[in-house]
Amino acid sequence: MIVVLNGKEENVTEGMTILALLESKDISPQVVVVERNGDIVPGENFGTTSLNDGDHLEVLRFVGGG
Amino acid sequence: MCEDIFEIGGVTLNSRLFTGTGKYGNDAIIPDVCKASGAEVITVALRRVDMESSTGNVMDCIPKTMHLLPNTSGARTAEEAVRIARLARATGCGDWIKIEVISDNKYLLPDGYETAKATEILTKEGFVVFPYINADLYVAQSVVNAGAAAVMPLGAPIGTNRGLKTREMLRILIEEIDIPIVVDAGIGRPSEACEAMEMGADACLVNTAIATASDPVMMARAFGQAVKAGREAYLSGPGATRKLAAASSPLTGFLDGE
Repeated sequence: MIVVLNGKEENVTEGMTILALLESKDISPQVVVVERNGDIVPGENFGTTSLNDGDHLEVLRFVGGG
Repeated sequence: MCEDIFEIGGVTLNSRLFTGTGKYGNDAIIPDVCKASGAEVITVALRRVDMESSTGNVMDCIPKTMHLLPNTSGARTAEEAVRIARLARATGCGDWIKIEVISDNKYLLPDGYETAKATEILTKEGFVVFPYINADLYVAQSVVNAGAAAVMPLGAPIGTNRGLKTREMLRILIEEIDIPIVVDAGIGRPSEACEAMEMGADACLVNTAIATASDPVMMARAFGQAVKAGREAYLSGPGATRKLAAASSPLTGFLDGE
């Protein structure tokens, strides 16, 4: 199935969780905040939140700024 | 000197210099900058993770004792600023948020109307809001009425190192606004931060001037000292200026005089 991850289409396995997706990208779940279809997903729910076809995900983290 | 307590956003700070984490050639220098400057508040921005390349995590470079002040840079409307603020808070970094709402890419000037709207929404949600604004009395009053914890008027456009171009307007804000004033943006030299503090600003936020100096750690120290010096000068009550000279030494009692 296809999800849109940070603006780009991504082919992921059916029922993949947010945690599994982050791990597949080598992204530490502790340092990111995730928005799914406009709603913030609390970090403790990454492992239990399964993705659906067509989901829009924003994965963000802090960077240098003034 | 009597104790000079600086309370802002519900915390008491020893330093009136805030700093940022942008534009460093290498983020590994940030701990030394924090230490040299004495700053206790530091800004960060929120951006999409780059899935293609792994880069260092700026959070690893920020001492745990610092108060984090995430900004909403990238927001062009109040709605976008609110969204970024909520995301920032979801990281668990606390309730502080610096509102930046900018749609002008040339001068990066803040949109006062959208900033006030975002401030009103976010204060109701329990955020401690630090709005970045033009040095404009009416905008400042509107964010105060919206519940801001401080106002952050610009000295000059972001990243220009041009100093206190808004000096006269800052003077009015200092006189009329009762919540802390943190001069943010444009300060390029310690003398300019010192002047803002001498005028009665409560604090200064300096990022570019430190990060782009040849020796950022030494510049951070210089800014820390300048902000302190300016504050002490303000508290000590500078003497009046005059048009004509007034001798500092007695004009009588010369060796060969009467």
